[in-house]
Amino acid sequence: MSSRTLPLLFINLGGEMLYILDQRLRAQNIPADKAKKVSTIAAWIEEDRKRVMNDIITTMFNKKFLEELFKPQELYSKKALRTVFDRLAHASIMRLNQASMDKLYDLMTMAFKYQVLLCPRPKDILLVSFNHMDAIKDFVKDTPSILSQVDETYRQLIEMYTPLSSGEFQLIRQTLLIFFQDMHIRVSIFLKDKVQNSNGRFVLPTSGSVPHGTQVPGLIRIFSCTGEELTRQQFNNGGNYNAALREGSFEIFGDRVTKLGTNMYSVSRPVETHMSGTSKNSAQHTKVSAAPNPLAKEELNLLARLMGGLEVEKPGNTDSGFRVNLFATDEEEEEALISRPDELSYGVINIQATKDQQANAELAKIMGEFTESGDQSPGASSKGDDLLAMMDGL
Amino acid sequence: MYHKEKSIQIKNSASALYNNLGVLRIAPRRLTYFTVVHANVVNMISASWDGLNYSHRQLQSKEPNVATSTSLIMQAAFCALPSRDLLVVTSQKGIQMYESDGSIMVYWHALDTPETPTEQAVFARGISAVWENYICVGVSSGAILVFDVPSKGSNITLSEVLEEHKESITDMASECSGSQECIANLVTADDEGNLCVWKSGEEFQLLNKIPGFDMSCSSVKLWKGTVVAGYGTGQIRLYEAVTGILHAEVNAHARWIYSLDIAPFSGLLLSAAEDSLVRVWHLTMTPETNSVEVAHLHNECVTDTQICGAKFCDGDGYAFAVTGYDLSEIIRYVQS
Repeated sequence: MSSRTLPLLFINLGGEMLYILDQRLRAQNIPADKAKKVSTIAAWIEEDRKRVMNDIITTMFNKKFLEELFKPQELYSKKALRTVFDRLAHASIMRLNQASMDKLYDLMTMAFKYQVLLCPRPKDILLVSFNHMDAIKDFVKDTPSILSQVDETYRQLIEMYTPLSSGEFQLIRQTLLIFFQDMHIRVSIFLKDKVQNSNGRFVLPTSGSVPHGTQVPGLIRIFSCTGEELTRQQFNNGGNYNAALREGSFEIFGDRVTKLGTNMYSVSRPVETHMSGTSKNSAQHTKVSAAPNPLAKEELNLLARLMGGLEVEKPGNTDSGFRVNLFATDEEEEEALISRPDELSYGVINIQATKDQQANAELAKIMGEFTESGDQSPGASSKGDDLLAMMDGL
Repeated sequence: MYHKEKSIQIKNSASALYNNLGVLRIAPRRLTYFTVVHANVVNMISASWDGLNYSHRQLQSKEPNVATSTSLIMQAAFCALPSRDLLVVTSQKGIQMYESDGSIMVYWHALDTPETPTEQAVFARGISAVWENYICVGVSSGAILVFDVPSKGSNITLSEVLEEHKESITDMASECSGSQECIANLVTADDEGNLCVWKSGEEFQLLNKIPGFDMSCSSVKLWKGTVVAGYGTGQIRLYEAVTGILHAEVNAHARWIYSLDIAPFSGLLLSAAEDSLVRVWHLTMTPETNSVEVAHLHNECVTDTQICGAKFCDGDGYAFAVTGYDLSEIIRYVQS
């Protein structure tokens, strides 16, 4: 549907990912003087945490990557987008096991689904995006080089999205809602705050402020042919609404007004998900995604590869335990992996090509040539086959 | 006034699309057909009036030639013409027309989709049967395609392209198909809230243009020469079609309106929005004084659901059906 959805999806999901990782890194943080004591989960020092955040944010806002992201294009499939985030999460010295990565992705997607659904107006999705951007900016405020990348992204967002009409924003919102269709994973923090029901569906209140530009429902006005108001009547609106709040700012700096998209996690409010009770809805979801797609297994998307090819400093010993666990213990993490319902698996394909940075850059270049040439006549499937053949030959 | 009846379960959940519920009443066979769009699939349910028999069918969006492509469906609606009923499905790739039971595709019209995606999305949306033999479909460019439909067979042709709207078409509606003579028999709406009023013919005639307020009109109906329009702000406005005179303005909903429907024999109006509410109103037209009255009758709240489709199941408004985003059922209400 809308070809302008991917940047918003990526930035907001990325923002949620950073909130969660930041919370987990702080939770696993052991003060520097105690770090000398070895434990089964490696100790994270303050420096390491900042470094992980910086590395991920640098990768997220890489210039070439963003250029590609902002091009008009259809939304990626769930599988393809998950691959992009897998790469992003591993763009630093941090390592996540499959179970933790699955959980991270579940949390990210459910959080953004919640924000999209609860946005009073479709245009407010942009304010949610700015809330994420504001937080990201705060994470890197001490690093000028990354800060400038982030500022550049603000400008691109403003340039691309502020001129859009309400109808075009609704189309973006509808495209996002199709992406999130049938996802009802229960998130502990949402359940506790009573914004999600035990069946995984979000609470949509029939009270509160109406969106900016909307009147509180209740008034019927009848006019004469000359335009004078003849009568006014009130009706019972069945809810408990009040007038709209002031509009949030769509500039680089400003009060966004909405709380959607701000960081809801803190060290004292840990992140958890519940897998049970969601299989019925998830089964429906996977039925649709099983529809034939020639590139399904080998979905080669430029973003994932561009990301894989980006240089990140890795310490000498990559096998050291710089691992982040999204569960309370290693045992829980292992258990989660084994017991995860089949229908909820993301089926991420690991493309080994990323290990060879030179070959990867070459591929990215070739892929770029493919998408740029206008007179490219073969159908989508043959394009995929050629690239596949190249990948196999590595 | 209404009470909830047993819901109809559907195979997939409804997607968040405007006017996402199609209803066709087949009196001779005591059946009602329903259509609900889920991403690239149309769920069709045939329900017998005695509530005992349900059959399901799914239509995929795909062009006849390229079997592996899929595209998202924007809308599925029944077009009831005097001679035949057709099911029209609009998507990002084009327009498909089926026999009303979804059994055979009788016509396919491809949209001009560019090789690489452009900033402006390409899709078809907005469907209406007009007069005796036309089906009109809107396009994201603002164009309206007019198809000439013979009383039998698949020799459907594109008769005209109306280029008046500059923004994507959202919805369209007609009245007076077949029997009565009307001055205006088609109204079309776009993403900027502009409304165009037409008279059908070999060449469609533009009778009036009612400007919008930069706010999308997502659902529109035409009844007794009056345009009833629902907007993204949650407002409903009633205009006299041919003159553009504003008769009434209702602050109807707290969120974007997704669906409007009118029961033509009783003047009941149904409105549904993202705010979880379905409202029933009564419209009274007094042609002598050229006035309109709007009375609010009833509210139904579909808890924790953003409604995307709501339609009366019969011309009197005795029953209506509702669909919601992420909901895998069609909820039904009947007058008490």
